Amino acid sequence: MRGPALSSLALSAAEEGGFQPPTISETHLPEIFPWMAPWGTGFGKNMLMVILAVLLIWWLFSFAIRKQALVPSRGQFLAEGAYGFVRNTIGRDILGDKHFKPWIPLLFTVFFFVLFNNLFGAIPFLQMPTFSHAGPAYAMAAIIWITWVVLGFKLHGGKFMKLMTVPSGVPKPLLVILTPLEFLSNFVIRPLTHSLRLMAVMLAGHIIVMLCGSGAEFLITQQEGVANTGLGIAILLGSIPLYFLELIMMVLQAFVFALLTAIYIQGSIEADAH
Amino acid sequence: MISTALIQAADYEDANPLVPNLWEAAVAGIGFVVLLFIVIKVIAPKFEQSYQNRVEAIEGGINQAEEAKAEAAALKSQYEQQLADSRAEASKLREEARAEAAQIVSEAQEKAASEASRIREQAHAQIEADRAAAAAQLKADVGTLATQLASKVVGEALEDDARSQRVVDRFLADLDAEQQTQGAAQ
Repeated sequence: MRGPALSSLALSAAEEGGFQPPTISETHLPEIFPWMAPWGTGFGKNMLMVILAVLLIWWLFSFAIRKQALVPSRGQFLAEGAYGFVRNTIGRDILGDKHFKPWIPLLFTVFFFVLFNNLFGAIPFLQMPTFSHAGPAYAMAAIIWITWVVLGFKLHGGKFMKLMTVPSGVPKPLLVILTPLEFLSNFVIRPLTHSLRLMAVMLAGHIIVMLCGSGAEFLITQQEGVANTGLGIAILLGSIPLYFLELIMMVLQAFVFALLTAIYIQGSIEADAH
Repeated sequence: MISTALIQAADYEDANPLVPNLWEAAVAGIGFVVLLFIVIKVIAPKFEQSYQNRVEAIEGGINQAEEAKAEAAALKSQYEQQLADSRAEASKLREEARAEAAQIVSEAQEKAASEASRIREQAHAQIEADRAAAAAQLKADVGTLATQLASKVVGEALEDDARSQRVVDRFLADLDAEQQTQGAAQ
């Protein structure tokens, strides 16, 4: 039922010179400064967003805490609340009272870097979640992967590899199957899921925004008839709850990313405990 | 026909979202490391320090309040002690004063009584002496007067001094005796 209907829609659209659905490539916007192009790429919006996020986080938190008042102003209170959330909920609750102190800056940076870059996708004109591109997501996951692997070897030496790949309390014949599986799951799949989870959610949100926008525009401006215009308006209205859903996903993904970072580090610190 | 659109989409060489743009990855990685450095050096220490300061301020405040409370309690007990002392002191003083007053009163009473008895004694003695003097005087006068009267009555017969003297004495003795019996009868 759906196939013919869909194809007829596409057919009619194509016949009228029509609707081109936005493609993945359109998430890669034209470069702002193309002079770097001979070396592989230009300076794109994505890079601009990264730099903006760094400056924004730096300025916001430095500005909020500049007075270090004992009785905080509203800004300082909010910033301290945000800092305290990462410090206590992600840091202390996962890593434990003994170990969490040195990891606060890393967790703080991970959470807010991802959060700000995600939220850029919800801000008009910026409208670009940095991590909807695979590159930045891979880079973040790689940094965290390297961190926990290096930490693990530093704390446990060569035994770390055994701790991570050989589950304890398993009958020996099963280890033949389980050890490669554990190795794959911990050292290969883990960083991939860590990055792709973030990238896929952000990309999906970004594509929905593009699809809603271009679809509504096409229906309202380039199609005749009340029904098409009404459908376009309905799509625009429908995109409003989707926008808020996206906001939730952006915050949630930043939280999940930072939480997983904390869990991986905790796994390295206490690799011998389980 | 829909497949043409898909084919069109697939024609873009970088359409695979899983293939990273390495430059973007590098920029994100470097941006993250720079931000991490800033957080480690500037932001996190400030937040931690601010938090620490607040903890110290609150704990200091609590300690100060406890000290003040202890001090107040000490002062209060001191005041209560002083109050009790002064109350005891006052009641002691009152007791002493009462005893002293009683003593003074009794002393005064004694003194007054002794003074009164002394005065009374003196008066008695004075009266006795006066009476005795008067009696002696009277005795002599009465004798002389009686003798004179009797000599006038009986003439010269009683010129003899010795005799008359005896008579007078006898008379007076009788008088005395009479007086005494009268006194006894009374």
